[in-house]
Amino acid sequence: MLSKKQARAFFLGGTLVTFLIFIGLTVYSLSAATDQTNQENLTADVVRGKEIWESNNCMGCHTILGEGAYYAPELTKVVDRLNLRYDGNGEEVIKSILMSQGSWQPNGRKMVAYGMTDAEATDVVAFFNWIGKIDLNGFGEVVGVDRKISPLSKDKINN
Amino acid sequence: MKYKSQKVAYWFFALSMLLLVLQITYGFIMGFARIGFDNLHEFIPFNTARAVHTNLLVVWLLSGFMGAAYYIIPEEAQRELVSVKLAYVQLISLALVGVAAVVGFHFNIWEGRKFLEIPRPLDYLVVVNVLLFLGLILTTLFKSKRRTTTSLVLSMGLLFAALLYLPGMLPFDSQVTDSFFRWWVVHLWVEGVWELIMGGILSFLLIKLTGVDREVIEKWLYVIVGLTFLSGVLGTGHHYYYIGVNKIWLVVGGIFSALEPLAFLAMALFAVNMYRKGEKKHPNKLALYWTLGAAIVSFVGAGLLGFAHTLPQTNLYTHGTLVTAMHAHLAFWGAYAMIVLAIISYALPNLTGRKLYESSRGRAAFWLANIGMIGMTVAFGVAGVAQVYLERKFKMDFMEVQKEISIHFVVLILCAIMFTTGIVLYIIDFYKHGKPTDEALEINN
Repeated sequence: MLSKKQARAFFLGGTLVTFLIFIGLTVYSLSAATDQTNQENLTADVVRGKEIWESNNCMGCHTILGEGAYYAPELTKVVDRLNLRYDGNGEEVIKSILMSQGSWQPNGRKMVAYGMTDAEATDVVAFFNWIGKIDLNGFGEVVGVDRKISPLSKDKINN
Repeated sequence: MKYKSQKVAYWFFALSMLLLVLQITYGFIMGFARIGFDNLHEFIPFNTARAVHTNLLVVWLLSGFMGAAYYIIPEEAQRELVSVKLAYVQLISLALVGVAAVVGFHFNIWEGRKFLEIPRPLDYLVVVNVLLFLGLILTTLFKSKRRTTTSLVLSMGLLFAALLYLPGMLPFDSQVTDSFFRWWVVHLWVEGVWELIMGGILSFLLIKLTGVDREVIEKWLYVIVGLTFLSGVLGTGHHYYYIGVNKIWLVVGGIFSALEPLAFLAMALFAVNMYRKGEKKHPNKLALYWTLGAAIVSFVGAGLLGFAHTLPQTNLYTHGTLVTAMHAHLAFWGAYAMIVLAIISYALPNLTGRKLYESSRGRAAFWLANIGMIGMTVAFGVAGVAQVYLERKFKMDFMEVQKEISIHFVVLILCAIMFTTGIVLYIIDFYKHGKPTDEALEINN
């Protein structure tokens, strides 16, 4: 029968081993050779866009990379999606929403009117474009514009 | 209550109750917004309500854990706390930081990172506050000759929770690495070190309520927390599937997070078996309800519902949908909220000397809150699964899908009303116990 000492050894040993493996995997997955975070295309505009994204807590309604509050649309690949819907004017549509002085209300669900400047809105769009080019292990196709997945979606977007 | 200084725990519990009521209020604001009644949008937009809802959850649970520690550690260490005055200073500063953060969220002052919205200057105050708390607990423990496994596991959980707050304060330019290390805080808290805290409190309660030999309970406590870390640390990988990091996490996260329910299963079996084995029939049945309830509901909410969407093949479709909200509600309720309510139910009669064990109000509180929360979980689940099919499979527009599933939020609100009735009854019971008194010391002895 297991003794208390053995149980303690299981706890301490197991924790130590798994934590070391975890650190090792972290280093491996973020090292240059295996990195897929799109780090090389990270520009000053994108970083400013991220700061605007955070300072307004956009994640408190939207999701990005599948993380957020599920109240407003997923914004991974949003530019591609809106390009299809608005004849290649996705970026302009996003900017007009961000710069609007009045509350944007798709289907009656209100978004805060941020009234951003043109420069700020451009930075946020740069952030979205950068996000859209990350290799997401297939998630980008599910939330994005992979029209092969569902013919229904093609009809929906084209109409 | 065996030591006068344990009384400070009461005020941490009272703060918990207050913040829980506020958390629920903001939950209702979000629920009503989802069915079109967002009349408060100008003052409390959804992102504010959401930040308040989740941050208050964290703060009221932490306050409950701290109260639990201030109650348990003196009893386990068999000595008074090293400083009661500093414990009150810590309580007041915790409340002030919490209030400042919540008020700031209403004025667009936040970091905007899910679960870690508290702005940076307040982060530093949180660190100071937690250091003071740990100082008091650890000094009390190490000034004593009696260091039980229960108190060590509880203290270790609290210490690691404090240490793991630090990676969340690292600045990153990339959204991917930012998210990567944010999960070091959030995941390793709730699926790692918080389980140590839960295990410590559970162990203390089982020793007190069942009368089973401490050595037996504490041996299994080690096994459970061992299983927690063995699966939970590498299980962090399930947050890394689709955020832009290497595919290795699909394999590692998939395997180890699939093992995570084992720790919760072990905890549920452990609690039920100790109850069956115990010969002592403690009169505080309400505390026993909440204790066993925490072990069982956490297995369902955190273990089973977590497993339901943790495999990469499933998570590809459920990631970023209301399925996550389904899991999160029952998991937090079962694992952490219920264990805090359990220790409060156990400690309150001892702190106040009022043995309101046979309260029908208390039993109604337990059942209404639990049935209400299960109903809310089902409503979130149905909405989430419908969302997955309509949005991810059929590629319907997000807002169109939201219209289709809004009826489930009506059900959610109805269940939340039942849940809230249970919580209100619990708080009435809390209030009826009165304040802690030194006379309770004589009654207990």
